[in-house]
Amino acid sequence: MAAPAIELIGIDKRFGPVHANRNIHLRVEGGTIHGIVGENGAGKSTLMSILYGFYQADAGEIRVNGRPVRIRDSQDAIRLGIGMVHQHFMLVEPFTVLENVMLGVEGGALLARGRARARAELQRLEADYELRVDPDAVVGDLPVGLQQRVEILKALYRGAEILILDEPTGVLTPEEADHLFRILARLRDEGKTVILITHKLREILAITDRVSVMRQGEIVATRETAATGAEELAELMVGRRVLLRVEKGPARPGPVRLGVRDLRVVDAQGVERLRGVSLDVRAGEIVGIAGVSGNGQSELLEAIAGIRAPAAGRIEIAGSAAQGLDPARMRALRLAHVPEDRHRMGLVTRFEARENAVLGYHNDPRYGRGALIDRAAVLAECRRQMESFDVRPPDPFLKVANFSGGNQQKIVLAREIGRDPEVLIVGQPTRGVDVGAIEQIHRRLIALRDAGKAILLVSVELDEIRSLADRILVMFDGRIMGEVPPDTDEARIGLMMAGVAEGAA
Amino acid sequence: MTPLPRWVEYGLMPVLNLALAFLLAGLVVLLIGESPLEAVRHIIYGAFGYGEGIGFTLYYSTNFILTGLAVAVAFHAAQFNIGAEGQAYLGGLGAGLACLALDRHLPWWAILPFAMLGAMVFGMVWGAIPGWLQARRGAHVVITTIMFNFLAASLMGYLIVNHLKVPGNASVQSRTFEPGARLPKLEETMRLLGLDIGGAPLNITFPIALLACLAVWILIWRSKLGYEIRVFGANPTAARYAGIRGVRITVTVMAISGALAGLMAVNPVMGEQNRIFLDIPGGAGFVGIAVALMGRAHPLGIVLAALLFGVLYQGGAELAFEMPSITRDMVVLIQGLAILFAGAMEQLFRPALLQLFAPRGPGRAG
Repeated sequence: MAAPAIELIGIDKRFGPVHANRNIHLRVEGGTIHGIVGENGAGKSTLMSILYGFYQADAGEIRVNGRPVRIRDSQDAIRLGIGMVHQHFMLVEPFTVLENVMLGVEGGALLARGRARARAELQRLEADYELRVDPDAVVGDLPVGLQQRVEILKALYRGAEILILDEPTGVLTPEEADHLFRILARLRDEGKTVILITHKLREILAITDRVSVMRQGEIVATRETAATGAEELAELMVGRRVLLRVEKGPARPGPVRLGVRDLRVVDAQGVERLRGVSLDVRAGEIVGIAGVSGNGQSELLEAIAGIRAPAAGRIEIAGSAAQGLDPARMRALRLAHVPEDRHRMGLVTRFEARENAVLGYHNDPRYGRGALIDRAAVLAECRRQMESFDVRPPDPFLKVANFSGGNQQKIVLAREIGRDPEVLIVGQPTRGVDVGAIEQIHRRLIALRDAGKAILLVSVELDEIRSLADRILVMFDGRIMGEVPPDTDEARIGLMMAGVAEGAA
Repeated sequence: MTPLPRWVEYGLMPVLNLALAFLLAGLVVLLIGESPLEAVRHIIYGAFGYGEGIGFTLYYSTNFILTGLAVAVAFHAAQFNIGAEGQAYLGGLGAGLACLALDRHLPWWAILPFAMLGAMVFGMVWGAIPGWLQARRGAHVVITTIMFNFLAASLMGYLIVNHLKVPGNASVQSRTFEPGARLPKLEETMRLLGLDIGGAPLNITFPIALLACLAVWILIWRSKLGYEIRVFGANPTAARYAGIRGVRITVTVMAISGALAGLMAVNPVMGEQNRIFLDIPGGAGFVGIAVALMGRAHPLGIVLAALLFGVLYQGGAELAFEMPSITRDMVVLIQGLAILFAGAMEQLFRPALLQLFAPRGPGRAG
């Protein structure tokens, strides 16, 4: 049997305390399409960046066609026949397709000869792979699906035998995605090797020959695609974690506090991220949104919080219309928001804890009636929050960057829950949080529910959703797939998360 | 950025930067066959050696404090205001028009508030427009403020030549203000310190600039607006999350920045020349960028950096006078080196200092 096109042996990579890839072993056979699937943050992109020379592995060996190699930069990778199509295209928009394709490999100071060669080569690639693009079109004018084709052409023009595609369908319509898959199948049939990174199970099942599942920096399994299914893959991706027992009584739902009707959100690229989401959250209940990350949960939270303007639909807080309000007005309606990404959004890590304790509430007259901030009041508030959530160390003057992840999250939760909100929307409450803090955070959320507040919980941890939520809504591809009770079989939820089975809603 | 101990960050690093700048400047002086030590002696004597020198040093420093504050306020919202020069130029128009309108009717202390107001409003408009263009139209504030410097120069040239110039007089400037609109010098105050400032134009704008430092400090570190400015500058996503409106902050901060730059013009217009003239700021707007960088956008640091540049200006003038082979251009070169090392390349020593002083412990993910 021929040596595998790519073989990774014991690849290990750390970024400071983050162990992005641990002891990765992977064989990608030549002439196949190999899927790498996993949640966001599982380490897929890091691994491919190592393969393409953006990062150097701390340990381990890379073999291409059986030969050990060192890949120090993308030039090395290209020389070894590895091409990459990035999630965010690396194209010069005002240039034509032809100019983009030959960029960096013009072959001489004058362009005429290189241009003629590139044109001939493009015609050949078009004929061979169904990669039709007008070579003289300006790239900026092309739709994203065609821009992606240009990226593929670029890699092939550089002699790529192994093509890596990083989340290639994130920006594509379903029709464009289907066309892409036809192209990939054609490439494979012509003997090229394709590595497809995605978190969408449908794509894996539709196009790959073999699939490896990554979770928390490790490859947890490799399967023949034909011998597995969405159910098993979903389970492998999410993992069977020890179910954390949370003490809670039955919910006593009251009136609807948060209502969402047919909410639509379109992102900056014009892709529809929420495709008509409707849900209700009542006082005294926790509604969990389950789903593989990247299926619209973030957009849902941001739209409700007033950070992202919805394209259409209604949001009601305690019965009054609230869509299109800014975050300050949403707070005034007693909506609190624990964002999914505390570093990017929930905190100013350069600031001391006390200044973070009033972020978003700094205009409250409690912290100064006039234009000036009452620093004593802010300090007292911070101390109060730190004490009530047992933040360690309880030092209001410490910069937030110097707290551990769990304590940072407690700072955010203390600020948001401490205001006794009527509606709390919370994303990934325990991401990157140590076990002790997880338990405490869960207990606080239950206590808030029992105090009659409405809570919308988004988490990629299925166990967390199942142990906290009173009702579970499963999201896939910008839609609610259905509603299930929290004691539903994990496999069934997993299928709904994969977009395979409709729920009973 | 990895933290350094405060005394290294705010003390040692600027001193090292300056030392390097002066070392290079000394080499250049050596190259043209003069003694660097003697040059240093002239600079120091010129800036500090006698009352009039001190008066001039503080007069220049006044300009640099105000333009430095202007650039620093914008820094806190992560906006790079290159336009202090143009904003100060327009500020000169505002101050001058107030003086021309009132100098025959009121004493200086009654005119000064109007002149300050005029200077600040005109500067504010000249800063707020690029701010608005940035916030609403995405036109980068660095580009627009540079353009607005040119616009200010053209506009002022036109206004002075066609409308403000005294007919029949060859000099391109407005009429001289009546004594009523001339700011008194700080002669008496300085005499209490035993100094005779002679002809130096040091005036009441200097204490006003120090008060402006205090005001900026309160704004940035004690007010709600300042909190919003700093949140927006440090993490715009968190600012959005917190309901802080980026458009409002960007326009406001550029307006305040422009007002501070505009205020600077009171010093030369009402305190020295007593007329509206060509090139009122005389480069102080650009020096303000270096002052703000070197002073780490903190009012105290800005005062120190502004003093340093005041020394270089005044001492440099003395140097050019005493050592004819060191021309005015040489002095500009020395100032340029100080700006280069203390401003543009201020991080030069950071990696080395980190090795020496960084707190030990595990690194953080980048």
